Amino acid sequence: MEFVMQPWPWYVAGPLISVVMLLLFYYGKKFGVSSNLETLCAIGGAGRIVDYFRFDWTTKIWNLVFLAGGITGGFIASHYLTSDSGVILNPKTVAELADIGIQNAGAQYLPPEIFSKESSLTLKGFLILLVAGIGVGFGTRWAGGCTSGHAIVGLSSFQKPSLIAVIGFFIGGLVMTWFILPLLF
Amino acid sequence: MKYIKFFAIGILFGIVMSKAEIVSWYRIYEMFKFQSFHMYGVIGSAVILGIVMVQFFKNKTIKNYKGEAIKIDEKGSGWKRTLFGGTIFGLGWALAGACPGPMFVLIGHGAFSILIVILGAVLGTFLYGVFRTKLPH
Repeated sequence: MEFVMQPWPWYVAGPLISVVMLLLFYYGKKFGVSSNLETLCAIGGAGRIVDYFRFDWTTKIWNLVFLAGGITGGFIASHYLTSDSGVILNPKTVAELADIGIQNAGAQYLPPEIFSKESSLTLKGFLILLVAGIGVGFGTRWAGGCTSGHAIVGLSSFQKPSLIAVIGFFIGGLVMTWFILPLLF
Repeated sequence: MKYIKFFAIGILFGIVMSKAEIVSWYRIYEMFKFQSFHMYGVIGSAVILGIVMVQFFKNKTIKNYKGEAIKIDEKGSGWKRTLFGGTIFGLGWALAGACPGPMFVLIGHGAFSILIVILGAVLGTFLYGVFRTKLPH
């Protein structure tokens, strides 16, 4: 039990992600989380405005159920399987984050400067979270997949479009982390 | 009831995302700063084992529950959509510190501000649908 309560190392997590992929394919489905965003649009009636969302979303219910399981797994892990609510970071990372205005890095999973109730309900804080979400949602649909569909499944099956997508993920991520984040706080 | 297995697989996914701290904003930041091997190890080992599994799918050592061969959809050609779309995704990923899976897993952690990110992600998906025909693919 002690091992379970500790943060899991990469060599446990990575193979378990492949097991998730294997189980979904075994049950006749696929591993692609961002498709759910499209399904949510369709359920919300976006198909009445844009043809793209006019599809039978009942065939995608399994994926929403998977997502509901993910939320439940997050609840179980945070309430029953975690003794320390912080994240141990490289001291260099902590110092650099302090320099750009994010203090006590790693004290919680999420930086309060972005995610606390107070920050997220200011206009600036709200827009940061909203714009970040828009980037993820717009980008993943344009690219045709996210970290699961492109980085895990696509690379595992040697698909060139997925390699290009992952290169794109890194171009965007590096620009944000190195050049834009330091200006925001 | 036919969906319950997907709920169970989702729970496994949520626990792994949480316990390996993949849901932490800081783990994404340090990855893009090249200050930790953790996320590279997670994704790298998932892909390496994934490659082995895909080979087993191809030679039919592993079949689906109906006994049929497992096929993986081709992602479709065209480099513009994956490069430009991927770059915008990366900008959002590094700012939110969460890609679509972890966003939802974080609801289970009681991180309610993540709902704003999810709202944005749904809105962004809708905007893609609106502008799709005008974008290069």
